[in-house]
Amino acid sequence: MAYTVPKLKDHSAKALDKASDNLLAALEKESKAVKNEEEWKIFRDRWMARKNGVLTQINDLWLKAAPVEAKPVFGQKVNWLKKHVEGMVEVTNKRLLFAQLPAKHVKSKKKIKVETIDLDAFARDLKHGLIASQSLDITLPGIRRPLGSEHPVIKTIHEIVSVFRNLGYSVQEGPVIETDYYNFEALNFPPNHPARDTQDTLFIACQESKPQRERLLLRTHTSPVQIRTMENMKPPVRIVIPGKVHRNDPPDASHSPMFHQVEGLAVDTNITFCDLKGTLDHAMKALFGSSVKTSFRPSFFPFTEPSAEMMVSCFICGGSGKRGAEPCRPCKQTGWIEILGCGMVDPNVYGFVDYDPKKVSGFAFGMGADRIAILKYGVDDIQLFFNGDVRFLEQFG
Amino acid sequence: MKLSPTWLREFVDAKVDDRRLAQDLSSVGIAVENISGEGKNAVFEMEIGTNRPDAMNHYGVAREASAIYNLPLRAVDSKLPATPGNAEFTVEIADQGGCARYTARIVRDVSIKPSPDAIAKRLILVDQRTINNAADATNYALWEMGHPTHVFDLDLLEGGKILVRRAFTGETIKTLDGVERKLTPEDLVIADAVKPVALAGVMGGFDTMITDKTRNVLIEAAWFDPATIRKSSRRHALHTDASHRFERGADFDATTKACDRVAALILESAGGKLAGLAIDAVARQVDLAPVALHLSDVHRILGERLETNEIFRILQQLGFELMPERGGDPDFTVHIPSWRLDVEREIDLVEEIARLHGYDKFANTLPAYAGAVVEAPDAEKDNKLRTALLALGYDEAVSLTFISHEDAETFSSAPVIELANPQSEEASVMRSSLVPGMLNMLAYNLNRGTDSVRLFEAGSVFEATDDGTSEPKRICMGATSPPLQNAQGWGTHDGGFFDLKGDVENLLRAFEHKSLKYDAQTADYYYPGRSARALMDGALVAQFGQIHPNISAVRRLRQNVFIAELYLDRLFPQGLRAVRYQALPRYPAVERDFSFVFEDGVTFEKIQTAVIGLGLTELRSFVPVEIFRGGNVPAGNYSLLLRARFQSYARTLREDEVAHWSAQILKALEGLGGKLRA
Ligand SMILES: [Zn+2]
Repeated sequence: MAYTVPKLKDHSAKALDKASDNLLAALEKESKAVKNEEEWKIFRDRWMARKNGVLTQINDLWLKAAPVEAKPVFGQKVNWLKKHVEGMVEVTNKRLLFAQLPAKHVKSKKKIKVETIDLDAFARDLKHGLIASQSLDITLPGIRRPLGSEHPVIKTIHEIVSVFRNLGYSVQEGPVIETDYYNFEALNFPPNHPARDTQDTLFIACQESKPQRERLLLRTHTSPVQIRTMENMKPPVRIVIPGKVHRNDPPDASHSPMFHQVEGLAVDTNITFCDLKGTLDHAMKALFGSSVKTSFRPSFFPFTEPSAEMMVSCFICGGSGKRGAEPCRPCKQTGWIEILGCGMVDPNVYGFVDYDPKKVSGFAFGMGADRIAILKYGVDDIQLFFNGDVRFLEQFG
Repeated sequence: MKLSPTWLREFVDAKVDDRRLAQDLSSVGIAVENISGEGKNAVFEMEIGTNRPDAMNHYGVAREASAIYNLPLRAVDSKLPATPGNAEFTVEIADQGGCARYTARIVRDVSIKPSPDAIAKRLILVDQRTINNAADATNYALWEMGHPTHVFDLDLLEGGKILVRRAFTGETIKTLDGVERKLTPEDLVIADAVKPVALAGVMGGFDTMITDKTRNVLIEAAWFDPATIRKSSRRHALHTDASHRFERGADFDATTKACDRVAALILESAGGKLAGLAIDAVARQVDLAPVALHLSDVHRILGERLETNEIFRILQQLGFELMPERGGDPDFTVHIPSWRLDVEREIDLVEEIARLHGYDKFANTLPAYAGAVVEAPDAEKDNKLRTALLALGYDEAVSLTFISHEDAETFSSAPVIELANPQSEEASVMRSSLVPGMLNMLAYNLNRGTDSVRLFEAGSVFEATDDGTSEPKRICMGATSPPLQNAQGWGTHDGGFFDLKGDVENLLRAFEHKSLKYDAQTADYYYPGRSARALMDGALVAQFGQIHPNISAVRRLRQNVFIAELYLDRLFPQGLRAVRYQALPRYPAVERDFSFVFEDGVTFEKIQTAVIGLGLTELRSFVPVEIFRGGNVPAGNYSLLLRARFQSYARTLREDEVAHWSAQILKALEGLGGKLRA
């Protein structure tokens, strides 16, 4: 239905605003509908004709009909509308001209001025309180460009790696599908040794025809990269090895057949057990805060000797074993959390990479990044890391 | 493994309470994971490393406590009445490799019945089943001093002899658990003159076991080769307390003590009398070689100079014997106790010293380092892509590395790598594509009511190659959103093909290239006509688009799903794009629009190629602005508004030259069959 200028019963500023909004909407709509010169002329006349044009009508029906006390406000508004309508009629014409390509079929866009801010009109509107009704509800929520979230385990790996990089460790990576030799034999797990049972291994099929050391499996730790690196590099060596590892553990809240490790290795002349302790103590303070303490107790790994398990004072409860009146679960109320395995590189390992155990010594350590992320963020199910649930992932953004 | 601290205190008079004892044992590596019960019923839950079979019993742990507290260790009581004369029985070891020693004793006229309370209670406390007094005696001795033993019903052994030999092909034995087992010549058996009566070191035979009718028993305490026992135990999938210890290395010197201890326990609980002396067949000696100990090495490895006295004390308490050497090189020759098969080298002694000294007593130091950090070759590229993906709004995801055979066939043509022992058919091959994992994650979200999802995963896929395996790195992006994502109505990001293509372009833009072309030759799992491949300098670096409706149907994806794959192994060799600064132009740009109708087959790529082919130096950009189909545009055609932007670094452009270039562009477009719109 074509727009007709209504008579105003209510002469408040609010009613005027509403009426003028309707008028502007109609103007916009009709301007867009104009397709050619003929239509534009009709459009122009409908809005601007002296006799019965819309502008004339609002002058008669709105301004003249307004009571005396409302006249100043109505006068300003009608004037402003007049300017706007005139501008729009002109813009509509330019659009048409532009659409009809001139002789050379090319048209410069540059000449078209669509709209400029009319500072005078703005000042007037401000003065008459018209701006408030046109302003935005700034309490509506913003339109956000989405930001991706870092995966908590990858983020944890990066944090750990960064601590060791600052201590001079270079990042090394290696294959997930390894040979028996690199995953076990060269790490001093002899064939048929019971220590292999502690690492429930997923094996690659159809390897029976190969010699045992060449058989393929999914690495159970990132330690094979230690061997691969030492084979290619003479001491001093300082590397940090992040990566995926697999074990044949059925999935549950605390186990996954795939998880992530970060290992480290330092070999040089005169690297000692005290250096191992000092390095890891420093790293834990960098990761969990300067107030954490570390404690080491003997453990067993075939590729290190002496071997140790390191605990950090619980960074959840501060080592008290309690959170308020509640028992602290992450540390099982002991105030300590087992966080990594480590030790001095076993001299047998040097034999596999042609290092002289009488001349060099070193240490190695390894930790589960998933476990550390679980502890750090209080995640109660390791499966959450691997199902891609964005409700979970976006909490880490 | 459970131990009773009360039982343990029979051998060492530790003055500390149970809680402290548990802590102190843990700190030397004899880990007490948990304490349950109180007083005499207190139980330690132990975690003993596989290298320490000697500590998988009360006496062995008591020995550690004696070293911690510097206290004497009391011997296990196995005094027997004097019984001169030989037992009327023969033991023959036919397989010296498998069995180094076999000690036996015979007790006659026993009465088999339940064990006395004191024995039964202790066994139950450490989670052991009680059977009868004779069988319980072997179990009690096992938990007390660690050496596995076995008792036979003597009257069921035929031919008056025990023969330790390999099984014959086709031979069988019914073991104590009632299972009939086929034996192979790799199995070591204990046999009588006729038949196998025990699977050596693993489990006794059913037919010769102790029953209520048993009157006379033969006690076996032997030393078996660890590897032989381990293989047998694995072959028969039979893991027992005995095999657990034998395969880790038992104490060669303990066979007589264990035999005597079991005999003493049987005499006490089942009566009867010893028949003659022990029969002790030794096929070969298992000698543990002495180890040279240099104090300088202890210092070199540990980093602190410990008192020689302390080193001496620690090792002596653990049963090592130290012989000082005159020349000081080495400082000591150390004789290894028969129960410590794990100690073979100097470093093993260093560990014993550090362990008992206390790890936490060593200082914390940081080593000096003269080397430099070497950047991983792809680190910068990985980081660039990851940062860009996060900024583009993709959440970083990690999925499992296994997929099903079916998915491997659907999403990859590479030869797959199968697992020998998969956890399920759904997880039976190593992933040869990141796409199935991504689709699973998208479905997971859709099924939980999250309908607007953007994820990426960076990781390796696994492919079999002629000479092994390869693990090319990939990135997979997945996106899905409901048709009208923005209530605010900007509508530009509709989560469709061009949204995804824009993201892919943003990622590829980081890499140096001469050409970047797109074609429609995508894999079968993509929606034909709504998917593309990106070829950078001729190399296939990415593939992306909507997923094929068949796949969506099978996976019950109730929204359009878009996937992009980046092949990093082909992308990374391109190298990161070097930044080339260009001065900003000081002269104004001129734009010209061209409104054309083209046939559908004329792609933008063709148009762009034709226009770029004109070689107009001042043409800065040439982009599509608007596409329109229908209306008065004939079917099979489309209307395209194109915008050219001209600018010179040297001068303001003149109208006539812009007009000339525009005419050239016009001609090129007409050359493609385009019709200018009036
Ligand atoms: Zn805590």
